[in-house]
Amino acid sequence: MDTEIFQADVSDETDDSESSPEKESKNAVLTKDLSVYFNNRAGIDKISLKVKKNTVTAIIGPSGCGKSTFLRSLNLMHDLVPKARVFGEIFIHNENITDFSAVDIRKKVGMVFQKPNPFPTMSIYDNVVAGLKLNAHHKRSELDEIVEKNLKYSGLWEEVKDRLKTPAVSLSGGQQQRLCIARTIAVKPEIILMDEPSSALDPMSTSKIEELIYYFKEYYTIIIVTHNMQQAARVSDQTAFFYLGKLIEYSKTRRMFTNPKEKLTEEYVTGKFG
Amino acid sequence: MTSASIIKNPSNLRSRKIINSVMLTMCILAAVITIIPLLYIFFYTTQSGISSLNVDFFTQLPKPVGEEGGGMANAIVGSAILIGIGALIGIPVGILSGIYISEYSKTFVSTIVKFITDVLSGVPSIIVGIFAYGVIVIPMQRFSALAGGFALGILMIPTITKITEEMLKLVPQSLREASLALGVSRWKTTLKIVLKTASSGIVTGVLLAIARAAGETAPLLFTSFGNSFWQTSLDEPMAALPLQIFVYAISPYDDWHRQAWAGAFVLIFLVFVVNLLVRIVTRNKFSGNL
Ligand SMILES: Nc1ncnc2c1ncn2[C@@H]1O[C@H](COP(=O)(O)OP(=O)(O)OP(=O)(O)O)[C@@H](O)[C@H]1O
Ligand SMILES: [Mg+2]
Repeated sequence: MDTEIFQADVSDETDDSESSPEKESKNAVLTKDLSVYFNNRAGIDKISLKVKKNTVTAIIGPSGCGKSTFLRSLNLMHDLVPKARVFGEIFIHNENITDFSAVDIRKKVGMVFQKPNPFPTMSIYDNVVAGLKLNAHHKRSELDEIVEKNLKYSGLWEEVKDRLKTPAVSLSGGQQQRLCIARTIAVKPEIILMDEPSSALDPMSTSKIEELIYYFKEYYTIIIVTHNMQQAARVSDQTAFFYLGKLIEYSKTRRMFTNPKEKLTEEYVTGKFG
Repeated sequence: MTSASIIKNPSNLRSRKIINSVMLTMCILAAVITIIPLLYIFFYTTQSGISSLNVDFFTQLPKPVGEEGGGMANAIVGSAILIGIGALIGIPVGILSGIYISEYSKTFVSTIVKFITDVLSGVPSIIVGIFAYGVIVIPMQRFSALAGGFALGILMIPTITKITEEMLKLVPQSLREASLALGVSRWKTTLKIVLKTASSGIVTGVLLAIARAAGETAPLLFTSFGNSFWQTSLDEPMAALPLQIFVYAISPYDDWHRQAWAGAFVLIFLVFVVNLLVRIVTRNKFSGNL
């Protein structure tokens, strides 16, 4: 029953601009009744959500409501958790992900994690090109170029250009996170999932990342989990509000923060709980 | 609650201090008890061994009974070959089963492998020697370096498996996720990220297993058997340092006793060098994160 409401909500969202045949091709992510169970407890419960190409979607909600769980199901990270079981359907660019290998999906759907996780055995340089090098052989000159370009994108180049060969773990937390962003975009994904990417960053790097997101929109589809309402309001086109594993509301960000449909949403975005 | 009352109550604080110093003394005592035999063995062997050590020891073959001099050159080379064969068997099998247990730990098979490894690590080394005798010596109908190396390899497996498993489990899950999220396949992630991150710990384990195997005598008694001549083909009996030490030590000749001491010293020195190597390896600039 709930599901129908959300479906209606979502189509409502897309209806204002597109005609239907075109609409189909513009879906980057579509989930139908997506549920994830951990030992028979639902982490998320029947989430149906549609994300258009080249947009930024923010996911907000109190701690433990299933934001990370939802995000991680889109790049099949739950495969690693033996007690996690995923139900429902996920379409990436209108193709059912069950038709592809996990590796192919993850090449298309990159992820930046909540905690920076650079590879400790690798230098800054090698971290940026880790995905490329592990997957195929590349020419040295090519790699040099990729490293510089991606570190510039992630706003880290100026700080590290003189010590690219030093261990990545010698960087500060915020720098490590920007390194992880560089590493993610270096493999050229089509969709980028970000799980509270700036929770470890200072305001300067946070705003850098927000700028990045704004600029990235032209090339990628971005889904970002954030605890920061201002950030959600600043960077996203549409916002999804999760509560206790359910999708409560999903609308245009402007609307979400000015005139939400649900009372729960209003209470959350105005800081009455959460 | 309790911590607050402890701070407020001076007698409680005093008793805490007493308990603290008693425990500390006991810890120091235990440490000393551990170290004394170790130092004793080390110094006594060095003292007795180093005086008998000369160039001949490393270059000459054992002399026939009654003749003075000679050395253990063949036993040193033999030990190296036996350990080489053992490592060739023990390292890949040990590391691969360690990976299997750690990375695919939810399967029935891995539980079995884990159990067998634990049992194997408790099996006396002479039993492993008998096993090698049964599966290699009897079918080949002669003692051989191959059988000795096989026995040493089997002995290395549980140590290497265990340490690989433990080191891999120390690698944070977030690194596996980071790699997989880049579209890197599972086996490449295991090999190039997980194993590499844990490599210094695993190298430590491997070196320690090799050092252990280098000193094993019992499993060689009826596999490699020993040899007083130059012998490098793998299907013939081969000399080994611990075997030679054993034979010389139980002999009635003073000169052989001295050589046994020298052999013991060389063995201990090798173990010492291996441990030093372990230190150096683990101080690599890209590791030390675990
Ligand atoms: N590996 C796991 N094992 C068991 N339960 C899990 C696991 N991961 C998540 N959960 C459960 O699923 C629910 C949703 O967790 P999730 O991490 O998605 O929350 P979140 O919205 O990302 O929270 P936060 O804002 O704190 O990151 C929680 O109740 C959590 O306990
Ligand atoms: Mg989370």
